[in-house]
Amino acid sequence: MELRKQYFADERNDDFKEIGQPRLRSDALGHVTGKTSFFADRTPVGMLHLKMVRSPHHHARIRRIDTSEAEILPGVVKILTAEDVPHNVYTILTLIQIGPEDEPVLAAEKVRWRGEAVAAVLAESERAAYEAVRKVVVDYEVLPEVLDMEAALQTDAPLVNEYHGQNWYRYDSGQCRKVRYGDVEAGFRQAEQILEAVYASSPIEHAPTETTGCIVVPEANDRFTCYTNTQAMFFTLDNCSIILEMPGQKLHMVGGTVGGGFGGKVDVIVEPIAILGAKLTGRPVSFVYSRREEMQISSTRAAEKIVIKDGVMNDGRIVARQVAAYTDAGAYSRHSPYGAQKAAAHFPGPYTIPNVSVDSYCVYTNRTPSSAMRGFGVTIGDFALEVQMDKLARLIGMDPLEFRFLNAYRDGDIKAHRQPTEGAALIECMQEASRSADWPVAERFLQMSSRKREG
Amino acid sequence: MAMRRGRGVAAINYPTGMNLGGDPTQALVHSTPTGNFMVSLSSVDLGQGMKQIMAQICAETIGVPTDRVVVDTADTDTGPHCMGTFASRGTHRAGNAVLQAAREARQVMLEVAAEALEVDAADLETDGEGNIQVKGAPQRSISIFDTALTAHFKQGRSISGRGMFLVPRSYPEKETGAMKPATCYAHACTVVEVEVDDETGEVTVLSVKNVYEVGRALNAKMVEQQLVGGSWMGISHALYETTEPYYPARDHAPADFNAYAMPGPGDIAETETIVLERPAQDGPYGAKGVGEMCANPQIPAVANAIFDAVGVRVDRLPITPERVLRALREKEGGGAAA
Repeated sequence: MELRKQYFADERNDDFKEIGQPRLRSDALGHVTGKTSFFADRTPVGMLHLKMVRSPHHHARIRRIDTSEAEILPGVVKILTAEDVPHNVYTILTLIQIGPEDEPVLAAEKVRWRGEAVAAVLAESERAAYEAVRKVVVDYEVLPEVLDMEAALQTDAPLVNEYHGQNWYRYDSGQCRKVRYGDVEAGFRQAEQILEAVYASSPIEHAPTETTGCIVVPEANDRFTCYTNTQAMFFTLDNCSIILEMPGQKLHMVGGTVGGGFGGKVDVIVEPIAILGAKLTGRPVSFVYSRREEMQISSTRAAEKIVIKDGVMNDGRIVARQVAAYTDAGAYSRHSPYGAQKAAAHFPGPYTIPNVSVDSYCVYTNRTPSSAMRGFGVTIGDFALEVQMDKLARLIGMDPLEFRFLNAYRDGDIKAHRQPTEGAALIECMQEASRSADWPVAERFLQMSSRKREG
Repeated sequence: MAMRRGRGVAAINYPTGMNLGGDPTQALVHSTPTGNFMVSLSSVDLGQGMKQIMAQICAETIGVPTDRVVVDTADTDTGPHCMGTFASRGTHRAGNAVLQAAREARQVMLEVAAEALEVDAADLETDGEGNIQVKGAPQRSISIFDTALTAHFKQGRSISGRGMFLVPRSYPEKETGAMKPATCYAHACTVVEVEVDDETGEVTVLSVKNVYEVGRALNAKMVEQQLVGGSWMGISHALYETTEPYYPARDHAPADFNAYAMPGPGDIAETETIVLERPAQDGPYGAKGVGEMCANPQIPAVANAIFDAVGVRVDRLPITPERVLRALREKEGGGAAA
């Protein structure tokens, strides 16, 4: 890595003793010698293992759950179903008043995606738990499913989630989060060229080295210690408190050494049911995702579809940008309504465009729920935006890098969501890229500054 | 049939944090009797090294070497509230909380030392090596070890501080979408060079040049590890990854790291990392959040480089050899679309 200090030199103080120093991180030697302790590196006496019975269908009504054969298997201690969960239907973001509660801890009347948790087996060994999972009989009435956002938005589509009442998240602004700035239609009329394109992505897994999990120990003082690899300690505690109808002081979350998160450990999935298992059996409980569960059951990065329509002048100025962005939440909200809103605030990207219109939709389908993942709401949007920028440059016969310089945002420019730009540095990044990658641009672009406009 | 080379560029920005629900983090700092400092947090270190960064921020602010600071975090019984580690917020939000707590602790420490030295606290400075001295007269000094002992056993004071960083909640305006969803923005520009086999559709990334603007690199080695790892993840997203390669058919759903397509060691391109710093007004020592943004620009840069090489657009991720090949066939006028 090289630090290029000539940029913004007058804004930087170099009079530090610890800041900026490449100190060896205090946990590095533990990590590379295998001495670091993770949540799973403990085996409390009498610990039970939790394994889930999961839906084989994308969408089905549950007629009956029969656990009788599973319960009598050797080593099986208890099997939990929806009625055991005090506040079964929840949503993670209820803590910041983003509802409605739309997801059961254990499915009750319906399953809404293939892999949804239906019953939790607690057993003396992992093997006994897996064997009992196979012996739980669930009688399903298969329902028509919808696996595609466009189909889900049709009026005759099967309803995925009754708690929403329609297959899209209802914002206070309606069917989507809207951003309106200038007059995008006037911009298109003014434009010399119009380009519209559709971009799409598939779900992506966080693929952490350490799978999601926790170990819960019921303490003698009637509290529960939950050793977890969550990314958010109090988020997890508060949601567990709601789901279990258990005062927060009964819960003690311990974590902080995590083998990779990437957003996948912000959901609160394993802890509530494991704590409930510990409470109802009086024994420690381990619930750790298998690699298969991590890959196919844990939330993904959402599949997205992004439609961008741009109006551009032949001199390179973008005069209008209209974006329709669709986030496939799968069957439940989790963090997706927030991701779709983050997308709305991100468009039209780091460019100053006078006329912008953004509609960002959060859509429900019978897919594996998606949720937070590194950059969600922005990553796929940036793919779409920056490929679109390349196409626009070629459309008007400009160099792709020079085209970006022409439109780059500067300090003081008002963004589409009506915030003034501060601390911009896009231009300087592109200047350095031009120099270090030997991508020549005209001298006037190398003279530009994010801090002020020329002339 | 040939191997064709192309080059692509992309430029991006990225917000620090996401405050649509309010975005608080708190920290506490206190000294032990021997003049070491404890930072108490409930933030989570995901493996990116957050504990080390918090220790460096505390050490710089108090004026001691980093190895005199211990970070105790991610325990809801002992740590004050933190929203969590996500949205590129850890360094910025928790860092600001630690900075504020450390400033308060430093002030108490200087007051204790001032009483011991019989001078005004405003006339004192730290040497960064564990001592407090009179400005302009460094021979009049007291070690932080002795200052802590004095506080604990003679003056009966707690060298401690409280820190809080809160970005208040932003409610988007319904019709216009006016909102303040984040604080400072980080930036990047990436140039990628690829080679595309127009017979098989396979894409090889030959080189990646990343220019990142990070506000302030608080620990140069650690920001480098995050930026390089992110860049690899970007390449992986562009060309390889999905849990559902033939959706809605689920037969090919990968269940482990053997079946989930990701680049192996032999697929990792030559990666160059250049860092610019434009310190954020609201960042701890100017730092911005860079955890997420460093994986973003590679994806469009790869897509643009593929077009530069073979003249086809694949606007659907991941850009697999199959999709490249289908696009090439379509361009030639035969075969199915991508």
